[in-house]
Amino acid sequence: MTPKYLLKRLGQAILTFLVTMTVSFLLYQAMPGGPTEAMRSVILSQSGGSVDIDRLNRMIQLYTNVNPDQPMHVQYFNYASDVILRQDLGTSFFKNEKVTTLIMQRIPWSMFISVYALALGYSLSIFLGVMTAYREKSRFDSTVSSLIIGLNSIPYYIVGVVLIYFLAIQNNYFPTGGRIGSGITAGYNPEFMLSLVKHAALPAISMGALATSGALAMRGNAIRVLGEDYIRVAQLRGLRETRIATQYLGHNSILPMYTQFMIGIAGVFSSAVIVEEVFAYPGMGLLMFEAVKTQDYPLLMGTLIVFTAISLTAIFIADLTYTLIDPRISVGEE
Amino acid sequence: MSEAHSDTFDLKDLYDEDIDPDPESRADRAKRFLEMNVVAPARIAVDDWRALVGGAILAFFLLMGTVGVWLVERPTSGDAPVLAAPFESLAYPLGTDVFGQPIHAQLIHATPGMFKMIFAGAVVSVGFAALVGVVAGFEHGTRIDSFLMTITDVVITIPGLPLIIVITAIFQPENPYIVGVFLGIDNWPGLARTVRSQVLSIREESYVEASEIMGIPLSSILRRDILSQLMPYVMINGALTSRRIIFESVGLYFLGILPFTTFNWGVMMNLAYEGNALTRPDMLPWMVAPMVCIFLLSFGLVLLSQGLDSLFNVRLRARHAKTSKKKGTSKNNQSQATGGD
Repeated sequence: MTPKYLLKRLGQAILTFLVTMTVSFLLYQAMPGGPTEAMRSVILSQSGGSVDIDRLNRMIQLYTNVNPDQPMHVQYFNYASDVILRQDLGTSFFKNEKVTTLIMQRIPWSMFISVYALALGYSLSIFLGVMTAYREKSRFDSTVSSLIIGLNSIPYYIVGVVLIYFLAIQNNYFPTGGRIGSGITAGYNPEFMLSLVKHAALPAISMGALATSGALAMRGNAIRVLGEDYIRVAQLRGLRETRIATQYLGHNSILPMYTQFMIGIAGVFSSAVIVEEVFAYPGMGLLMFEAVKTQDYPLLMGTLIVFTAISLTAIFIADLTYTLIDPRISVGEE
Repeated sequence: MSEAHSDTFDLKDLYDEDIDPDPESRADRAKRFLEMNVVAPARIAVDDWRALVGGAILAFFLLMGTVGVWLVERPTSGDAPVLAAPFESLAYPLGTDVFGQPIHAQLIHATPGMFKMIFAGAVVSVGFAALVGVVAGFEHGTRIDSFLMTITDVVITIPGLPLIIVITAIFQPENPYIVGVFLGIDNWPGLARTVRSQVLSIREESYVEASEIMGIPLSSILRRDILSQLMPYVMINGALTSRRIIFESVGLYFLGILPFTTFNWGVMMNLAYEGNALTRPDMLPWMVAPMVCIFLLSFGLVLLSQGLDSLFNVRLRARHAKTSKKKGTSKNNQSQATGGD
């Protein structure tokens, strides 16, 4: 694990965060009619009555951290220092609460389903990819490959709708939405845990469906690795099948997939917006959806920035593990 | 042309394929063009069922979006009884929705908008990706390369869907082309990276090096050697990008984030889902029909992308092209003479 590699990746993550923050600032400015006009009606409908322009600007400053009075670079500097130094993303128009407070309440729920979706989807695609490659051209291979192609043609939110229909409405195995059953006290009791898992299962599965898109690429990689000499040597040495499959085949075919998996993390996290709305699962995605519906711009920008921050953190953590599995990194080259 | 026959011909002229040392008749040229570009691909496509099925599905939807729109009237509320069951009347074979609009007509009139979105999104993302990838690959190791790749990495790691949601929520695009362009914003970086790595490996090939030594201008090398090699990747990724654009646009309409101005499969799903179609069997066709359409269209695109993969496979192509060229030996000589590049 060389510090140079990690520093470079960290720098990239910070740069990405700054870019997202700048984009969100620019989007405030690019709103049709400028920030003042765009937010006037929203704020007026909240406070009622008429507001003079100075007061309106002060209110915009209060809610969004952007003051349309000041010159552009001062606005940007103030906005950036609020976000970075004070972790202040403004105040929600509708709920009249700090955006960070609102988001913090929701983060654990989104993380809960996203992490399980990632674990489920990625382990399934690695497993299926290696297995189908190992039995290339068998009936198992063609069936599983066709199934994967079919699954990749269904949007994850439709997977969710189908799951709700068959497992929650036709048969009562799972609840149709929400995050815990009503009348269950929170704590370390079995009913609470079971209810938690049951509510999270379907959203996690439908998001996980998105993450299985790597299975075919994994199969292609594994087939290429199967043709390598060291696999043949391993077979000739009489090593056990399981050892060849995991340590020789699995390990070497995952390496080229790693970047794809890391890019996929951002995709799976963002899919929460649609999946949480389908399942009425009150996480960050649903918060963002509500913000769109109510034109709650500070909350909308806040969720975008936090979504980026979470994805970047997750990708950075994945990077740390990459240095563990790829020996070339620790030698010092990329 | 006479220069090519003189003793002191320029290497550049030899390379230039417009100057033919032994001009063939127009009919021969047309025949060869057909064989190279139509017959051989068609033969492979017939052998490869995936390309055939994928192409057929895509052609079906294209017909639906062009001829279908013209044949089937634009649905309005009250056209037919409310919530009629499917497969009972010829006037509404897939049944009707709560407003009495025939479902099949809604599906058909949503298709043109869908294709406009796919077209705009695929052109923007694939074009941008190819441009960035080729330039970065050719300027490998320079500041331009690292600048372009930094931008690519930044865009890759920004979560695309929330970004698009924020942008569409603010600008409320109604034109399907603009929706497509917005959706293309986060779709290009992956392909740009692939193109760059392909350019890097093609650059190492001896024939590109030879062209460089011969002093062929960079633009010609790019056009003749690199772009033609990259086309397969661009086509395959174009099909996959189209699938992503379908998923995302229908998803945004399904959420109700994009304004409901036209017929769209996602809008149908949204209205049905909000009306609790899942618990009401009589409303189910309204929900299922657009879902089937989305599945079929993206299934067609995935199959096509896999079929294209084998279509562009050089060895497979050569085998099929050879079988069609058995008869004329003179043509073989000619292709040897001209096929120097």
